[in-house]
Amino acid sequence: MDDTRTAQRATGTGNAKPGPVTTPAMSTGSTDKVMIDVEGLDFHYGPSKALHGVTLKIPERKVTAFIGPSGCGKSTLLRCFNRMNDLIDHAEVTAGLIRIQETDINDPAVDVIELRRRVGMVFQKSNPFPKSIYENIAYGLRISGIRDKRVIDETVERSLQGAALWDEVKDRLHTSALGLSGGQQQRLCIARAVAVQPEVILMDEPCSALDPIATAKVEDLICTLTDRFTIVIVTHNMQQAARVSDMTAFFYLGRLIEFDRTDKLFSNPSQKQTEDYISGRFG
Amino acid sequence: MDSAAGSSLAAAPTLKVYKPRDKTRLGMDRFWTSLCVGVSFLTLIPLFSIVYLVLRNGLELLRPNVFTDLPPAPGVEGGGFGNAIEGTIVMVIIALVLAAPLGTCSAIYICEYDRRSRLAGMVRFIAKLLTGIPSIICGVFAYAVVVITTGGFSALAGGVALAVLVLPTVLLTAEQALLGVPNALREAAYGLGSTRFQTIFRIVLPEALPAIMTGIMLAVARAAGETAPILFTALFSEYWLQSIMQPAASLSVLIYNFSGLPYPHQIKLAWTASLVLVALVTLANVTAQVVFSKRVPGRKRFKMGWFLNIRRPGN
Ligand SMILES: Nc1ncnc2c1ncn2[C@@H]1O[C@H](COP(=O)(O)OP(=O)(O)OP(=O)(O)O)[C@@H](O)[C@H]1O
Ligand SMILES: [Mg+2]
Repeated sequence: MDDTRTAQRATGTGNAKPGPVTTPAMSTGSTDKVMIDVEGLDFHYGPSKALHGVTLKIPERKVTAFIGPSGCGKSTLLRCFNRMNDLIDHAEVTAGLIRIQETDINDPAVDVIELRRRVGMVFQKSNPFPKSIYENIAYGLRISGIRDKRVIDETVERSLQGAALWDEVKDRLHTSALGLSGGQQQRLCIARAVAVQPEVILMDEPCSALDPIATAKVEDLICTLTDRFTIVIVTHNMQQAARVSDMTAFFYLGRLIEFDRTDKLFSNPSQKQTEDYISGRFG
Repeated sequence: MDSAAGSSLAAAPTLKVYKPRDKTRLGMDRFWTSLCVGVSFLTLIPLFSIVYLVLRNGLELLRPNVFTDLPPAPGVEGGGFGNAIEGTIVMVIIALVLAAPLGTCSAIYICEYDRRSRLAGMVRFIAKLLTGIPSIICGVFAYAVVVITTGGFSALAGGVALAVLVLPTVLLTAEQALLGVPNALREAAYGLGSTRFQTIFRIVLPEALPAIMTGIMLAVARAAGETAPILFTALFSEYWLQSIMQPAASLSVLIYNFSGLPYPHQIKLAWTASLVLVALVTLANVTAQVVFSKRVPGRKRFKMGWFLNIRRPGN
């Protein structure tokens, strides 16, 4: 699997220049370092409990897939990683810890804005800003105070190339992003997330609104991104999890049932529930 | 039918999509459709007859001099209402300068900052109550607060009365405009590490601006035509406005005054003033729509739909 991945389109990702947002912690290149460390996490939406004691370690610069039946808490957990749940009233972590690169992200001293810059997100429904393609990518740089047009131009080009979108849009950078197809919009959203050089990219069912060809493009893209980013992806598509991910976590009713290497989990699951789910017997 | 469906492919049942034999369903459908079409034409009648009447009676005296001359004394021919146009514009601008930022900022607060707080609920509730407030009450309020404290009738007092009158409308339409911005955009902005301020001012507000402007233009239209709140705040004046602390003429009060006079010339002048008032409000509306319509790159700026406030789904 790793061989096919490196063989897949190498659009501009190999020669990644250091971006405007420098990330010193990334400079060490060890392979199996833990990026996100979740310990005994409980999460409540008001009175109802959505996560029960979830514990897992998400490795650095790997793709980790979350699978499980609808309503089992995949999105909830994902949105804990960049504290998007802060935007929902009465939703909170009630027990446990999440550490990203050794930092407890629920510590009151943590700057949520900076956290979200380091932990980017791609949503289920593509949500480009109603601005031009160029401005969509430039937005993340502008809000962090970068004005230099040359830097922005370069980042826009590099991010769009990284998202395998450059050739399709290079002649219409200044036209509305809303004029792109659904698949192109989703890749634009990925490019937008990549542009601010986060450490982690969270993707919540990024392909669920896309046709197979667009899906394949996004999957290729995910694979090329792993040499620079840690990716966590929620998906309902078992083949997709098998194709793109190194690690897979299976959730059921708010609990983590099994977390293992993807090939192991799909070929030889240790839990009965996992086996039932991946063989399509429920879910 | 049952056997045909069950037996073989050759005897596939035909899809019955022909019009029903009983005509009542079709009849009812036609009846309601034509009723709706008919009624919507009926609503156009008062609208068009107003425009027709104003044009027919107002065009006669519409000369350049009505824009530049002062109102004639009773029984005297000639003259115009330049100072009333000036006064109306000045007071509407004062009202806008006060109401637009206040209303928009309050809407941002109750929508983007503290949607569920008690203060937000209170602001929303009071604004809803105040939309129905009789305009004369706004006049009384401005009289008490501005006229009495500053010691005289003034354009400022008139502007304040109009501001109080339109503030709830501006606030509530701005709130609706903000609520209309899809949450996905806010999530996208926050997800990239925007502060709340950046999210609001770079993403949410530009998206809501056309709708907010529509609310403000409705407010202008309403304010420009009001008579009651002006009557005992700005009073009226026969002369050009020297400062906003002086009584001011206005088109609406001029129409009110002149249409009650027993002189045909003054009555014709009142019609012309009505025509000018309608034209001014329309002009302000169109200008705002053109200037503030959503500037999506790569799209033509002005379309008739914007003027008519038609917003297509998806945009
Ligand atoms: N905003 C919310 N308020 C209250 N409860 C919520 C909210 N969002 C999710 N939940 C509940 O939390 C549980 C987990 O939801 P979550 O969205 O994480 O599931 P999911 O695994 O992502 O499902 P899907 O595959 O359908 O996206 C569900 O029972 C859901 O009803
Ligand atoms: Mg989900």
